Amino acid sequence: MSSDMIMELVRLILYLVGFLAFALLNAAYLTLVERKVPSWFQLRPGPIEVGPWGLLQPVADGIKLLGKQILTPQGADLIMFKLAPVMVVVPGVLCLVTIPFSEMIVPRNFNLGLLMIFAFGAFGVFAILLGGWASNNKYSSIAAARVVAQNIAYEIPMLLVVISLVFVTRTFNLHTIVEQQMGGFWHWNVLNLKASIMMPIAFLIYFICMLAETNRAPFDMVEAESELVAGAFTEYSGMGFGLFFVAEYLNIMVGCCVGTILFLGGWDCPFGLLPGLHWFLIKMYVLCFAVIWVRWSFPRTQFYGLLNLSWKILIPFALVNLLLTAFMLKLFH
Amino acid sequence: MSIDAQSVLNETFVLNLGPQHPATHGVLRIKLTMDGEYIVDAEPVIGYGHRMHEKMGENRSYAKFLPNTGRIDYVAALFNGHGYVGAVERLAGITVPERAEYIRVITSELNRVASHLLWLGAFLVDLGGFTPLLYCFDDREQILDLLESVTGARLTFCYYRFGGVCNDIDDDFVAGTRSFITRLRSRMPMYDAFVTKNIIFRKRVEGIGLISAETCRKYGATGPVIRGSGVSYDVRKVEPYSVYLKFNFDIPSFTECDCMARYKVRIEEMVQSMRIIEQALDSLPAGPIMAEKVPRTLKLAKGDCYYNVESARGSFGVRVVSDGSENAYRLKLRSPCFSNMSLFRECSAGMLLPDALALLGSFDLVIPDIDR
Amino acid sequence: MITYFKEIFYGLYTLCVGMKITFLHWFRPNVTVHYPRQSLKMTPRYRGHIDLTCDEATGKPKCVVCMACQRACPSGCIKLDGAKAEGAPRKSLTSYTLDFTACSLCGLCVESCSFDAIHFSKEYNLASRKKEDYKMDLLKRVLEKK
Repeated sequence: MSSDMIMELVRLILYLVGFLAFALLNAAYLTLVERKVPSWFQLRPGPIEVGPWGLLQPVADGIKLLGKQILTPQGADLIMFKLAPVMVVVPGVLCLVTIPFSEMIVPRNFNLGLLMIFAFGAFGVFAILLGGWASNNKYSSIAAARVVAQNIAYEIPMLLVVISLVFVTRTFNLHTIVEQQMGGFWHWNVLNLKASIMMPIAFLIYFICMLAETNRAPFDMVEAESELVAGAFTEYSGMGFGLFFVAEYLNIMVGCCVGTILFLGGWDCPFGLLPGLHWFLIKMYVLCFAVIWVRWSFPRTQFYGLLNLSWKILIPFALVNLLLTAFMLKLFH
Repeated sequence: MSIDAQSVLNETFVLNLGPQHPATHGVLRIKLTMDGEYIVDAEPVIGYGHRMHEKMGENRSYAKFLPNTGRIDYVAALFNGHGYVGAVERLAGITVPERAEYIRVITSELNRVASHLLWLGAFLVDLGGFTPLLYCFDDREQILDLLESVTGARLTFCYYRFGGVCNDIDDDFVAGTRSFITRLRSRMPMYDAFVTKNIIFRKRVEGIGLISAETCRKYGATGPVIRGSGVSYDVRKVEPYSVYLKFNFDIPSFTECDCMARYKVRIEEMVQSMRIIEQALDSLPAGPIMAEKVPRTLKLAKGDCYYNVESARGSFGVRVVSDGSENAYRLKLRSPCFSNMSLFRECSAGMLLPDALALLGSFDLVIPDIDR
Repeated sequence: MITYFKEIFYGLYTLCVGMKITFLHWFRPNVTVHYPRQSLKMTPRYRGHIDLTCDEATGKPKCVVCMACQRACPSGCIKLDGAKAEGAPRKSLTSYTLDFTACSLCGLCVESCSFDAIHFSKEYNLASRKKEDYKMDLLKRVLEKK
């Protein structure tokens, strides 16, 4: 083996371990952030007992979930039942492979990186459907079917918005997309009004679609609609349930990463001074905070309200945005 | 796969909104017959919390029943006490001194505000918004602290006695209540902006759960349920009791008949209650807080008496039938939640399940009040 | 058409107002008390379980065993007994037990006592794993306090 191949192997292993650790630690500590941030909104301290400021709470939660008995319902399809929680975590980790955290830190820079992320995102929905179906429980399968309907409905405006962005950037390569936005916040795509007047609205549409794709409130029919037991995850106990939640936080993270890259300039500094990994992480965490903030401020929509929002409001606006971008591109270039 | 997709589409299935459920506030079981997502029939099954208060009323002397009144509807406990004490006083011919009446009105209205704040938080939790619950509880804590400094208890009050109240209020309480009123008044715009005007909340409750005034009359629903359907029926104005005639207050009622109307009725009732409390504090007379010469063990003359009060949930009535002995012959408690809940079966037919739960939440049910 | 746009923008505005309210609450101090690390002081009238009041001069309980509290209690939790010591003008207490598992803190016992012999304690930290801890011997508590 040549030294190149050895270098490549070492690099792959480092990235594998590093990214797995980053992804799973993030998902675990996002659960803590999810409990601390809303508790400050609600004028209370949140978890403070386990570890200083509650920092060991995710560890305690993980140990608790691992210690529970895994019950399989009678008549459930055992292979699919056990496969579903594993499958649901995979897309989140896979999507991180092509995301550029800074100029140097990107595991694999695909030319079709953006397309790959959306392809894998759809895979996560399939895993939830599999879990709901394999539970041999009427309510789980109904809830899982609802999740699929929700995800399909919101996939469309998200893809429309991203396509209109791709018209502007002319590439699917995430690294290049960020490089085009370097130099200060006035170059970022969210303020790129030369390309399309509706860019900030496009960002808002992307954000709302991301909330719905990751099943977050106010669109969280699947997990918090406790009117119908616990939805698609009824029959899962212990770590099976834990994995679904890890996957949810991973998806939020990936969605925020993609939002940062597409609209907020990736690793660019707002004033063009010191670009780097820290700016990427700051922007991503600000978006995560916004996701949590939205969840705890509003009640849940109804299911038909959710679908109405997508079909009657988001898709028309996304289509208009697409047409406008194409029109302005043709006119001014 | 053992689920036959075809059969799920054609048949109805029974879903048990069991006694343990986060959305039914207490141990209420509802047997739903569902056609997919739509409710075909909803049969409430009650009695999981039956503690035989009415039977206990027959086995205890009148004074010994007083702690029971706080446990019937524990969220608005003072109203139940007022109803019972009023019925016995009416039968025994005891006149309550004015100061005691004013104190009763002040504490009852504070309890009404506390009960509505709890309802507001719980209603929003049913709909999925968890934050307003904590804000409402923040306000409610102040009321409970005030009531604790007077009565000694925070939830199940045993404060009213035959002929008055057992403890007097002091200047600290008056000052505390006034500052609480100022604080809550300044927070009402926040609730308005945060909850009432929120588009998601409005889409969840506007136009949902329409109950006509005729249906309310059929089932005997009272309280915010009937006031949200356009009928201005409030026991404090229709059959005034205590010293309510001396106060200026309005009865809010809205004609939309939906969950939003009932929500607005309760918010407005909180504002009106604060008006009553202020007027009562301004004109609080000095004097004794207990009637004189109330015997230790009451033996009422033979008779039959009904006394109803406007509780936070509706018209709460107590009927005392006495046969001349120490214990009552019959003690009947008319619970407002029982009548309000009976509306659920008729009104929820054809609704989606989340909407039906919003309807149930807007009734403001406390299940121990239904089961007694 | 116009109402469509108006509803969208008004809806977005209300959502932003809601988010602003929660955000502003982030900067307010906590209103919770971190029990059990911090605890609250009970108000003077708080109703804990009853305790015997002692006479300041003699240090003995003021109770004269008139049985009024036992008669007044709706749940039958109070049991007291007394005997007349030789040469004493009145009965004195030999045992006073409170079954706190049945007590509803109604206060009828305290009100019925015309000798001011019982009062509410301010205890609320009463968690225990044994039922016997709640069958309180109030006379023993008074003697232990001395």
